[in-house]
Amino acid sequence: MKYFEKIGTYALYYVNEAGRMGIFLFHSALNMVKPPYKMFPVIKQTYIIGTLSIFVILFTGAFTGMVLGLQGYHTLSKFGAEGLLGSAVSLSLIRELGPVLAALMVTGRAGSAMCAEIGVMRISEQIDALECMAIDPHKYIVAPKFIAGIISLPLLTAIFDVVGIFGGYLVGVGLLGANEGMYFSSIYKDVDFNDVYMGFVKSLCFGVLIVWICSAKGFFVHLSRGGGFGAEGVSRVTTDAVVLSSVSILVFDYFLTSVLL
Amino acid sequence: MKEPVIVQLTDVRKSYGRQEVLKGINLSIVEGKTTVIIGASGQGKSQIIKHILGLVKPDSGRVVVYGKEINKVSKRELKEIRTHFGVLFQNAALFDSMTVYDNVALPLRERTKKPEAEINRIVNEKLALMDIEESNDKYPAQLSGGMRKRVGLARALVLDPKIIFFDEPTTGLDVAKSNEIYRVFSRTQAKLGYTSVIVSHDVPKIFKLADYVALLHNGVIQGCLTPEEFQLSDDPVIREFVETTMGPLYSSEMEV
Repeated sequence: MKYFEKIGTYALYYVNEAGRMGIFLFHSALNMVKPPYKMFPVIKQTYIIGTLSIFVILFTGAFTGMVLGLQGYHTLSKFGAEGLLGSAVSLSLIRELGPVLAALMVTGRAGSAMCAEIGVMRISEQIDALECMAIDPHKYIVAPKFIAGIISLPLLTAIFDVVGIFGGYLVGVGLLGANEGMYFSSIYKDVDFNDVYMGFVKSLCFGVLIVWICSAKGFFVHLSRGGGFGAEGVSRVTTDAVVLSSVSILVFDYFLTSVLL
Repeated sequence: MKEPVIVQLTDVRKSYGRQEVLKGINLSIVEGKTTVIIGASGQGKSQIIKHILGLVKPDSGRVVVYGKEINKVSKRELKEIRTHFGVLFQNAALFDSMTVYDNVALPLRERTKKPEAEINRIVNEKLALMDIEESNDKYPAQLSGGMRKRVGLARALVLDPKIIFFDEPTTGLDVAKSNEIYRVFSRTQAKLGYTSVIVSHDVPKIFKLADYVALLHNGVIQGCLTPEEFQLSDDPVIREFVETTMGPLYSSEMEV
């Protein structure tokens, strides 16, 4: 009997959490479009989520492109198709790896910080204080992060893609001797608007997903399973947020691809 | 009580898991007066304030603030009611990544359309009232406990609220700092005329500020009386509390 009780408790907790997260997203979306509009918090959050992530995006983008160049060259050379290296690298990056890896990097760098920040605000009663001052925490804390996520992720993905393509060029053409003209002409020939559109939609969705999961986890730290109190509670939900965001990005990636293809 | 009642709690019950914290709270807060809720630690005093603020929903019972049941109003109405509130939390709940100035200015910036020059004037006025104008640029972590409470009080007062809630305003402060906070209370209340609800266990000192004293014992309010009535009450629970916390001196005939 205890076994069934436990299953029931878990089920109820997760149904509750799903409902909470849904309502959280709804309120946040509503507060993004509701006036008054304040530019400064959005610029600040875009700086934190976007600008401060550029270095890690440049670094990971370059090495992802380089490894694609390396692997792609050796695989394609088996079929004598080195000329397609440019399109192989660019399509992999634009359609798939760019949005996914950029989103995973942003989750690790900015998502965790976002969750911890909001979590600390919750446990130190700062969010209660905002509510008591009749300031909506969704409007004041969460909405600017959503807008910043929506602005930043597509731009970071674009940077990731471009740097990755040049990384692939560096290894494929510079080190392994693939034809330079063929590398760029195959990109020009094979990458069309639909590929870029798919990458753009994915990055946009991932931007919302990261901010949603990380903010909501921090926002509801006090309701988390096992008691969300103190530093331990915040550290636990931050870990949960990063893991859940990363897994959700990969799961959503599959479904988005199947819809967009 | 002839004065208008602005907050009314009727048979409010709240449990956390299997522990019933509030077992039927009945309490009236009278306009313009200071009501002090006292009781031993862990009795749920802060919970009463959280219920009035609409931060916690009761399992049963009614919390009526300005004639509206706070758990049944729309989000907009709740926001409207909260515009009358000022709250000093137990740990002051200052925004730790903002300076003292920005903490106090926040409600003005978010809730009003006042120009920055006027915000500056109001904030400086409130900080001067609390004697902390020189700490403008400091962060909450750089302040002492007493100063933090004063910043919290300045922030609670900045929009001239009608009712202010103080959750353990002097906990963790030494005698001199506590006295200082009490002086600030009396001074600001005399000047601004707000209604205040204070949760405290600083007995008997808090009685000097109180118009009404309510004792929370075993999840129930044991009478909401004037300090004099409270100290002379025949109720065995109140009597025991008075004797334990204040000693026989306060219940002697000399003291009366």
